Amino acid sequence: MAAMFTKLMTGNGLIAAFIIIGLTSWVAYKLASLTKGRIHGSAIAIFLGLILAYIGGATTGGHRGFASIPLFAGVGVMGGSMFRDFAIVSTAFGADIREIKKVGGVGVLSLLLGIVTSWIAGVAVAYAFGYRDSVSLTTIGAGVATFIVGPVTGAAIGASSGVIAISIAAGVVKSVLVMIVTPLVAKAVGLNNPQSAMIFGGLMGTTSGTAAGMAAVDPKLVPYAAMTATFYTGLGCLTFPSVIYFATKAIFG
Amino acid sequence: MVVYGVALLAFCYLVGIFLGDVLGVLLGVKANVGGVGFAMLLLIILSNMGIDKGWLDKKSQEGISFWSAMYIPIVVAMSSIQDVVAALSGGTIAILGGILGVILGFVLIPVLSKL
Repeated sequence: MAAMFTKLMTGNGLIAAFIIIGLTSWVAYKLASLTKGRIHGSAIAIFLGLILAYIGGATTGGHRGFASIPLFAGVGVMGGSMFRDFAIVSTAFGADIREIKKVGGVGVLSLLLGIVTSWIAGVAVAYAFGYRDSVSLTTIGAGVATFIVGPVTGAAIGASSGVIAISIAAGVVKSVLVMIVTPLVAKAVGLNNPQSAMIFGGLMGTTSGTAAGMAAVDPKLVPYAAMTATFYTGLGCLTFPSVIYFATKAIFG
Repeated sequence: MVVYGVALLAFCYLVGIFLGDVLGVLLGVKANVGGVGFAMLLLIILSNMGIDKGWLDKKSQEGISFWSAMYIPIVVAMSSIQDVVAALSGGTIAILGGILGVILGFVLIPVLSKL
């Protein structure tokens, strides 16, 4: 019986994921109604997802969160980059191209500042903890940008595997934080219109973080945040191993 | 037919991601550059064209809006596969670096919004 159930769940992973996520969402929206709408259901659902991710990772030692548990591997398909990007693209249906055109230069500026502030954050902390070589400083800064830029940069400029591991962890921390913090501070920073959503996407850059953070604030703003965030990782992989590495070398030797 | 909308969405997705890959290669970067953005722009253009010209009827549009409605559930699934354990055990540098990066980002949103 147990073996048959396991086979059912693993053989039909994506379908099983629909039920798991459906149940998670149901619990989350019930909890949200208890707060009388002060906290949005989607924010709670995303938070429950993160708790599941912790449970999955902690019990198996795997790196795929809840999907590390073989029985629930299907959520890895549903939450993987293919479905994520497919769904993000679909949100553009009904988006206003005039709003996108309006942001223009500020969008580019937000991307550049997003890259530079990640570098500042990474270098400041790494320096405070005793790192002095430009390779390690740049790699950790790149990791703060996103958990993809970190290892790509580290590999390109020859960072040690320990430093690359720190850079990936820093990127994951940022991504998870953006998911949790965005709905809490959205009002305070004026994140409630297409322009600020595009600036948010450019400054934060993490696709998963901005996707989840924006969803918990207002799903209508998702395409605007995604429009700038989609350029971030590429720009980071372009600038960190080159311009930024040379600049770091010029400053720290 | 609903599937026409889904097919249009899939077409835009693949073309966009491909353009992002090509741009990445041209720039010599080991990453996709802007693929999702190109796909979104293409979808906005083609879906508006389809509605104006009449070949993207209500039923076909439902094929796109279904996936749009599945966005949050997919994001919940995505959050459940994050390496949260690694984030929490990544050490002080990783945690402080991530926190500082997020703070700087949020502080700049109102500043840039005023420009």
